[in-house]
Amino acid sequence: MDYDTLATFSRSWGTVYLMLVFFALCAYALWPRNRDKFDRASRMPLDEDDR
Amino acid sequence: MQPVTGPRQAQFDLFVVPAIFVIFLFLGFAVAAQTHDPLMAIQAWTFMAGIGIALAFFVKRYSEGVPADDTGAYANDIIKAGVIASMFWGIAGMLVGVVIALQLSFPHLFYFPDIPESSFGRLRPLHTSAVIFAFGGNVLIATSFYVVQRTSKARLAGGLWPWFVFWGYQIFILVAGTGYLIGVTQSREYAEPEWYADLWLTLVWVAYLLVFLGTLWKRKEPHIYVANWFYLAFIVTIAMLHIVNNLAMPVSWLGIKSYSLFAGVQDALTQWWYGHNAVGFFLTAGFLAIMYYFIPKQAERPVYSYRLSIIHFWSLIFIYIWAGPHHLHYTALPVWAQTLGMTFSIRLWMPSWGGMINGLMTLSGAWDKLRTDPVLRMLVVSVAFYGMSTFEGPVMSIKAVNALSHYTDWTIGHVHSGALGWVGFVSFGALYCLTPWLWRRERLYSLALVEWHFWIATIGIVFYITAMWVSGIMQGLMWRAYNDFGFLEYSFVETVEAMHPYYIIRALGGLLYLSGAIIMAYNLYRTARGDVRVGEPLALKPQLAAA
Repeated sequence: MDYDTLATFSRSWGTVYLMLVFFALCAYALWPRNRDKFDRASRMPLDEDDR
Repeated sequence: MQPVTGPRQAQFDLFVVPAIFVIFLFLGFAVAAQTHDPLMAIQAWTFMAGIGIALAFFVKRYSEGVPADDTGAYANDIIKAGVIASMFWGIAGMLVGVVIALQLSFPHLFYFPDIPESSFGRLRPLHTSAVIFAFGGNVLIATSFYVVQRTSKARLAGGLWPWFVFWGYQIFILVAGTGYLIGVTQSREYAEPEWYADLWLTLVWVAYLLVFLGTLWKRKEPHIYVANWFYLAFIVTIAMLHIVNNLAMPVSWLGIKSYSLFAGVQDALTQWWYGHNAVGFFLTAGFLAIMYYFIPKQAERPVYSYRLSIIHFWSLIFIYIWAGPHHLHYTALPVWAQTLGMTFSIRLWMPSWGGMINGLMTLSGAWDKLRTDPVLRMLVVSVAFYGMSTFEGPVMSIKAVNALSHYTDWTIGHVHSGALGWVGFVSFGALYCLTPWLWRRERLYSLALVEWHFWIATIGIVFYITAMWVSGIMQGLMWRAYNDFGFLEYSFVETVEAMHPYYIIRALGGLLYLSGAIIMAYNLYRTARGDVRVGEPLALKPQLAAA
């Protein structure tokens, strides 16, 4: 594999890869079934069993 | 120890970590005895002195049986030690910063040609390493140990290994810092320590990773809280950056000198891939973990949007790792790589500001606390500075802007708005929270002193960064000014002369910032002792006590 092949591959498929990662993480974060879990998690620093 | 572990297991744990230190003590002695390199001998003796202090600590701690902290629900003594170490290294590093600012302002008074240890070239890496790695690193290790235990509802894993991490890290700082003073450096920015110190840090860092992962492994909460994700990204990425950037071949096992495995433009790119991600993962991801725990905690409000925090985390770590090439605009680096670095830097606006908004909006419904709680105000202002410097950074990564800003004081100003405003203030806020929590005090010794610290430090930052903006842009414009005949308008020394007043303002700003930190150290010391300032009784509402 020469330099140009690698550079072209990373410039094209790298973009696709990063966009897919972004869509996947948005789907995970915004998935309706995860809402309760994340609402509970947002309060985790507040429920303290110490001090 | 856990109730399930028998006394035999406990004794084994007590034995292993000091035994490792003793083995390294002998290794250090062998190097000191065999080496023909006087600098290596000094380094070896310093290393042994550091190990001696650590061993003395273990003897003192365990001479009268196992302390109660070793069997409690959470390990707290190690975090107390981290608070003390953070404050000590913070003041030391800021003091060196003031000294080098004065050297630049008044070279006739603060330059001593007969004392090479005092030269700017040696003190400058001492300053950067002391504030970033010694102060910032101790804050990160201490807060990560605090946060991972509370959000996992589990005691720190690994018995005495967290203490190995703590002492091993202090020994690394000691060897690296004294090394700079005697002239030991591999000349890689923010990675100046030589190969043997790098190997030692690798060992310590792997132990840190395992302690952190081990604690997460035995957590009693099903969900891993977002702050722990940021801490984990910080620990894992720093391990990767440190190892790759420091790949080098020592000239001799008994000498200080080593040569990098990379050369030319690859070496430059490796260094700035490391350098920029030290900003991204050490000074950003790690301290964002502090933001995500301490701001909700101090404001007594849940995280504004947990979903945004997830998007913030993953997009930040995926984008930051590519931004390094913006340090090498208009160099031998291929143009497409420079453009790539610039593009990713501009894209960083999104996750950076998403995170900033998430931190600030956590106060919604509790904005009035900014008026009454100076600790919370410090934390919130740190997030505001985070927003400001993460706006400025992408602007400076644009090639046209970089052509003006690069190699000027504007860069120094940018770094310090992030370092003093964001990293410093969020660390101060966390230490102000931790001290009364850990030493079981109702409140800090004095909230009025926190007010003093806040305002003195804020004015110091404003002096610092405005002076550097003006001098940096002026410097950049003077460098590129041509006269009618096509010659450079100014000689270099004329640009240096023009910067003199701004250097004095910068030194003043640094001095104010250092003064604030000294006030803080006094306040924390009195808090730990259990004192409450006269005139500020506990029942009094904070706003009445405020100066």
